[in-house]
Order: sequence, then C-alpha cells, then structure tokens
Amino acid sequence: MSKNKPPMTGFRRAPLKKTIGALLLASLSLTAGACRQDMHDQPKLKTYREGADRVPPEGAVARGTLAVSAPVAEAGAAKSEFPFAITAEVLARGENRFNINCAPCHSKLGDGNGMIVQRGFKRPPSYHEERLRNSPASYFYDVMTNGFGAMASYSDKLSVEDRWKVAAYIRVLQVSHNAKIEDVPAAERAKLEAADAAAPQGGQTQ
Amino acid sequence: MPQIFHRSTNTLSRVSIVSVLVIVGGVIGILTQINRTPYISQAYMAKQQPVQFSHKHHVGDDGIDCRYCHQTVETQASAGIPSTKTCMNCHSQLFATSPYLEPIRESWRTGKPLLWTRVHDLPDFVYFNHSIHVSKGVGCSTCHGRIDLMPQTWQVQSLQMEWCLECHRAPEKFVRPKDKIFEMEWPASGFDQAVEGPKLVKEYKIQNQNVMTSCSTCHR
Repeated sequence: MSKNKPPMTGFRRAPLKKTIGALLLASLSLTAGACRQDMHDQPKLKTYREGADRVPPEGAVARGTLAVSAPVAEAGAAKSEFPFAITAEVLARGENRFNINCAPCHSKLGDGNGMIVQRGFKRPPSYHEERLRNSPASYFYDVMTNGFGAMASYSDKLSVEDRWKVAAYIRVLQVSHNAKIEDVPAAERAKLEAADAAAPQGGQTQ
Repeated sequence: MPQIFHRSTNTLSRVSIVSVLVIVGGVIGILTQINRTPYISQAYMAKQQPVQFSHKHHVGDDGIDCRYCHQTVETQASAGIPSTKTCMNCHSQLFATSPYLEPIRESWRTGKPLLWTRVHDLPDFVYFNHSIHVSKGVGCSTCHGRIDLMPQTWQVQSLQMEWCLECHRAPEKFVRPKDKIFEMEWPASGFDQAVEGPKLVKEYKIQNQNVMTSCSTCHR
C-alpha cells in the first residue's frame, strides 16, 4: 500500500488470482474425485500391507494362548488320555477341524484315500489299521504338531487345543469304523436301521 | 418498429430450455451410472497374479474347504492369505516340477513371501471384519460369488457403499444357517428366505437398523 503504484491496482489483482486459483482447485478436486486416490489409499498400516509384515521375536506367544497351551501340552505328553474332558462340543469341533485340514488327504472316513491322495500325493496310512488303533492319542497330537513323512506340520493351522480335539475325533472314526450294531444305543439304533432300509444298496452297517 | 425476433424463436427458446434440462439431467444420470459400472468398481475383472491360482480347481474340483487356506476367516478381520507353506503342504509332491509353480518354490527356498495382487480392495476409510459376518450368518458366496467356478479370481460385487447397505438395511434377505456358510451353492432349493431370514436375524441377535447403518459401524 505504501508503494508508488496506485493502491487500487495492487488491491484488485490479488483476489482475482485467488478466485481463479480457487476455481481451478474446485474443478480439479471435482474431477479428481473419481480417481480413487487420497482417502482411498491412506498411508496407514493394514493387514498384509508392506511394513505391516512384522515378524514376532523368537519365543513370542500369541495373546491368550499361553494359559491354554502350556498345561494342555504337558498334560497330554506321552499319555493315551486327553488333557481335557471329551464332550459332544469337543468332538464337534474336532470333526469340523478334521474335515477342513485333514480330510483332503486322510478322507472324511480316515481311510487315507482323500482327494489329494487321488491326485497323486503319497497315501497316508489308514487310521483303521491295527498299529494306529493302538497308538495313544498323543501320537496323533505329535504328528499334527511336527509332521510325519510327507505330511507337514499343522501347528500353524491347528491350535494346541484343536489338535487334541482332532485327535479325539480320529478316535471317533476308529471306534465307529469297527463298531457293531449292538454298540449303538437302542434309541439311536432305530434311526440307523431306518436309514439302512431307505438305502437298500448300501446294505452294510457301516 | 419491426419485431426484433422472428416468431419461430418462440419455439426455439422452448426447445432449448427443454433440451438443456434433458442434457444436464442426462449427463448427471450417465455420470452416476458410470460409477456403478465394472469399469469403475473393477467387478468381473480378473487380476494378474504371480501364480495363476485357480479357485475352480482347488475348491470346485478338489473340494478343499475355504478355511484350509483362509484359516482366520472365522476369528479375525482378515480372512487370511495362505502362507507359502500352505501351498507346499500339497505341492511338495503334486506338480512339484511344474514351471507354473516355480514362484512358489522360489518363495519356499528363499523365505520371501509371494506378493499376491489384492482382488477385493476396499477403500482405506472402511473398516471391514470377516469374522463378524461369518458368525452372523453371511455366507462366503453372498459376497464373493461362485468362487468354486472361477479359474481366475475376480470380485462379483461393486463393493460400493450402496451395496453394503443393501444388506445392512435388510440382513434378513441374505443371512443363512450357520452350517451353510461355506456352501457355494446357495440359496439351496427348499430354503424359504422370506420365512427363515427374519428368524435367523433374531437367532443371531443381529443389531437393529440404526446400529447397522450407523456411520461408525463401518467408518472408524
């Protein structure tokens, strides 16, 4: 204002520039809105984003797993019993995890003829052979934990608890595979026989 | 003094008023619809991946459960991208010399993870959690489509907010029994969504519409 130039000229020029700039900015932001930038791609850490792949230090234990895993693992070692009571829920969870993680090779029946084996993978032994029927539950737990032969470890897919539950379900498969009709509770027997009658081709009790 | 405008300009002015309205309305309409097309939403566009992984083969032909690979889908926000070890559980023996799987074996040798291209890329201002959807009766195929038929992987939904709200406003139209979550063929014949849907919403204790459509439910 204190310069030699007429004050009005200098006064006018600035807002004009500002207005044009604002208009440009507004139109730019309108068109840029369709480009999926800015807020869509924020510089923050999300799962699997680069920088988020931090490797936990050696010996780190995931939150909530220490209390369960240590005593369970100890209690089960080299025993044929299970570290916790086997209930219907435990077996249901075991069946669920078995069908997801084990059935591709071992088949839902446990005879070792799953789809992956049919595709050419080395055939695992059937759970129904004498050796495995006499193996303690901790043996199955151990194989799931450390792998065996061609089978990789499943400790990354099955929690300690789940491994015991799957072992319990393997027992279910073994027992049911060699069961006689007399082993079925009388109340349930009618159901089986009805199913048997409905499917005359599969005449076996299995 | 003669008339400045010819009589025909009366018509012309009316036509131009109407056509301006039509053109402006049309352009706005077209713009909104362009935003819904797969060109913008990327739906049905298969992404180039480091390995040509086929869900059709693994899920459809082999019958492997979704959770064999996406093992955290029931417990965490992310469904989980399988580790290279998961691939090697089978491919240590199957197709063990196939050149197609060389990137996997290289990753196995070097310990460097494969960098898969994200197919479902939600904007970063959206909070999404798989586990809550799975445990409240939303099945895989409801959002991901018939993944068991896809030789390459693509998204089938727009992932736009109006699509999310379709279900958040009326979950009873989409929820299914919990033992059918991982089933690909759904709805199954004989399942009456109009009757069963509201029952399941009640059974799962799905929150009311105010909560389900509140801003902070998804934006936090």
